[in-house]
Amino acid sequence: MNTESFAQMAFWILVGLTFAGAAIAVFPRNILYNVLGLALALSGIGGIYLFLGSFFIAMMQLLIYVGAITVAIVFAIMLSRPLHLEIPKRAVPKVAMAAAASFLFFGAILGVLFRTQWTPATERGTDWSVETIGHLLLTRYDLVFEVISLVLLVAIIGAIVTAGFTRRLSS
Amino acid sequence: MNSLGTYLFISAALFSLGLLGVLQRRNLIGMLISIELMLNAANINFMAFNRFLAPEPAVGQIITLFVMSLAAAEAAIGLSIILALFRMMHSINVERAQQLKG
Repeated sequence: MNTESFAQMAFWILVGLTFAGAAIAVFPRNILYNVLGLALALSGIGGIYLFLGSFFIAMMQLLIYVGAITVAIVFAIMLSRPLHLEIPKRAVPKVAMAAAASFLFFGAILGVLFRTQWTPATERGTDWSVETIGHLLLTRYDLVFEVISLVLLVAIIGAIVTAGFTRRLSS
Repeated sequence: MNSLGTYLFISAALFSLGLLGVLQRRNLIGMLISIELMLNAANINFMAFNRFLAPEPAVGQIITLFVMSLAAAEAAIGLSIILALFRMMHSINVERAQQLKG
């Protein structure tokens, strides 16, 4: 087996893992299965980033999504204990309407996707290095970088205030 | 290797799965998980266009990084709202959370 077909097989295995994880994240009723499926899907997406040529973004995906966000969701599940509460019955018309809406959306997106003639840029750079990303972040995109940092700071403070004040009110 | 259409198809399918989750779940944490899936589908789109069409490969990666950090901020705020709601209502079902006054 040559390298090309091996890489192709690995790619489709990754896609399968991603979709299996996404299905586990959406369909089961048990919220813990959902989080584990989300972690699987996010790891698979990290692998897809590897195939798209960016090792850096794949590592960031593992670090930020799988490492931080999934763990934060697990913390929220432990603190809000939804596992012991009763699960209301699923209303069939609602599920059917949701499935119809998302299927319609999928069809529309596919229509756009296959009718558009994608043309690559005439002059394409080949500089994929992390140095360039860091350089651009601190020169051309420095304002965006600062604003994102401010947004993260405000989000952290807001999360502390939101989760802390209600505790004081209710106790 | 694979063409642009393959990646766009994968991301469209992931986004629709996330949309289905947001529309159909009543559990707030489940809805948040589906929103993360949708954000990741958008990220795959950015990275695919970056790989196949864009003039500068660094810019798409930077946009993906920004989306990731915004997703982290959104998850932090969303989870703290869920915690506050659970303390007040003892439920994280969105259909119970119909009361807006504190």
